[in-house]
Amino acid sequence: MPFDIKNLNAGDTAWVLASASLVLLMTPALAFFYGGMVRVKHALAMLMQNFMAIAVVSVTWVVIGFSWAFGGTGNFLGDLHYLGLQHINDVVPTLGSAQTMPTLVFVAFQLTFAVITPALITGSTADRWKFGAFVAFVAVWSILIYAPVAHWVFNGYGWLNQSLHSSGKFFAEDFAGGTVVHINAGAAGLAMAFVLGKRRGWPRENMRGHNIPLVMLGAGLLWFGWFGFNAGSALTASNLAGVAWMNTNTATATALMGWIAVEKLRYGKCTALGAASGAVAGLVAITPAAGFVSPIGAIFIGLIAGAVCACAISLKNRFGYDDSLDVVGVHFVGGWTGTLLIGFFSTDGINSLANKGILYGGGGKYGGWNLLWHQAAAAAAVTVFSFVGTFVIAKVIGLVMQNRVTEEDEISGLDLAIHGESAYDFGPLAGSGSHYLPSAAQRESVRA
Amino acid sequence: MKLVTAIIKPFKLDDVKIALENLGIQGLTVSEVSGFGRQHGHTEVYRGAEYTVDLVPKVRVEVLVEPQDATKVVDAMVEAARTGKIGDGKVWVTDLDTVVRVRTGERDEDAV
Repeated sequence: MPFDIKNLNAGDTAWVLASASLVLLMTPALAFFYGGMVRVKHALAMLMQNFMAIAVVSVTWVVIGFSWAFGGTGNFLGDLHYLGLQHINDVVPTLGSAQTMPTLVFVAFQLTFAVITPALITGSTADRWKFGAFVAFVAVWSILIYAPVAHWVFNGYGWLNQSLHSSGKFFAEDFAGGTVVHINAGAAGLAMAFVLGKRRGWPRENMRGHNIPLVMLGAGLLWFGWFGFNAGSALTASNLAGVAWMNTNTATATALMGWIAVEKLRYGKCTALGAASGAVAGLVAITPAAGFVSPIGAIFIGLIAGAVCACAISLKNRFGYDDSLDVVGVHFVGGWTGTLLIGFFSTDGINSLANKGILYGGGGKYGGWNLLWHQAAAAAAVTVFSFVGTFVIAKVIGLVMQNRVTEEDEISGLDLAIHGESAYDFGPLAGSGSHYLPSAAQRESVRA
Repeated sequence: MKLVTAIIKPFKLDDVKIALENLGIQGLTVSEVSGFGRQHGHTEVYRGAEYTVDLVPKVRVEVLVEPQDATKVVDAMVEAARTGKIGDGKVWVTDLDTVVRVRTGERDEDAV
């Protein structure tokens, strides 16, 4: 069915276009958030992987990803109706008669989510994933893992969404991607930490981040971009978008405080890195809930998520997996926390498709304790699919090429070994060849 | 000629410089260094992971003096750099063979 231009709402279209741009900025923001946390010799490699995720997924999404995620009315996978963005004037099935923007605008908005999800994985794999293998992985993963999961949850006909089934209610509630983006990326990050193994020297050697101000800058830009992520997911310039905006900011604020409060109790000091991490944990946890809870609910969701994630980052030390920059501790655990807390804090006062949670006296087939159980089932389904799928994809790629860099490259630093550059040039000594010897031709040109 | 070398806490550099200027010292060299003595390092906590930083940042001040000035330069530096707490640093004096001023080629005492 072609989109009827008479249904176009200029306010909605403008807001979703602006939101798409905000969300796209989140991936470079993530690059800096992660980039500051790695050692100086690997900083550019981290930035490059995140930028590459933008480039690679921008292509796979247009070719097939969107069609598999949002085409058709199947339970588990979309169809090939929009393959190569054919039939792009047709209404998106999940939006139906409620569609108020051109289909291509919706494609663009969803693209930016598909981009940042595999980019999030790079936090657990820092300093050791070969660039070529990473590029291949992201291309395959965005098609085989992201697109199906997006279909399950974001498509009203998907088996975890079901809002367009006869009941007219959500099976599990995920407003902007707590399962699709954060649990999905977190489980994949955990799988990749096992596939690649630990960084050489971890946890014995000192691997503190080289630039905490960059981490704070990245966190700040993520916070900014996240308004597009959550308030944009209303897909309308409406009260719902305003509620999602306010919930997003509120939960982020309390999560920041929750994280540094845990730090103060456990280690005696509130750290800047902790504040940045807590803010991101809050953004993650409110993502699935942003359009279903009140700002008071958001206060609790943020506070709980900040405290829980601040404790969860110790898991890797206990179990011995090198989730280098805490994708599991922040995105996986934060995503689970937000997804489960919806079972308590969800209200149908904002969004008529939503269910009443336990604290609002919800009951019946979709409310109350059943809602909590559905939330857990959805999170578990995405966890298992993503973990197993990621593991298989990486192992298959490993048959064709090396996933992990050589020991020599890892020790000398990926920036120089893979990209032939250094992140910083501090002073005359650093710039005069202490890192690499110029070629004979370059030396000649300097003399001339 | 003698070379007086002082390893001091970075925030004491200004005090030491002023003390040396008051003695009429014409030049000095400063470098940022790291190391440890009895003070040893400190620990930093990043997302719950404790890192021991063994090497503490210090400032090294080097001054060329004529032999008869060595004692009072040492005393002035020690006094200016002292806080009384652990980690204040050290000052030592070494004998030198030859000193040459690059611009003029002057040697030894004339070059100081």
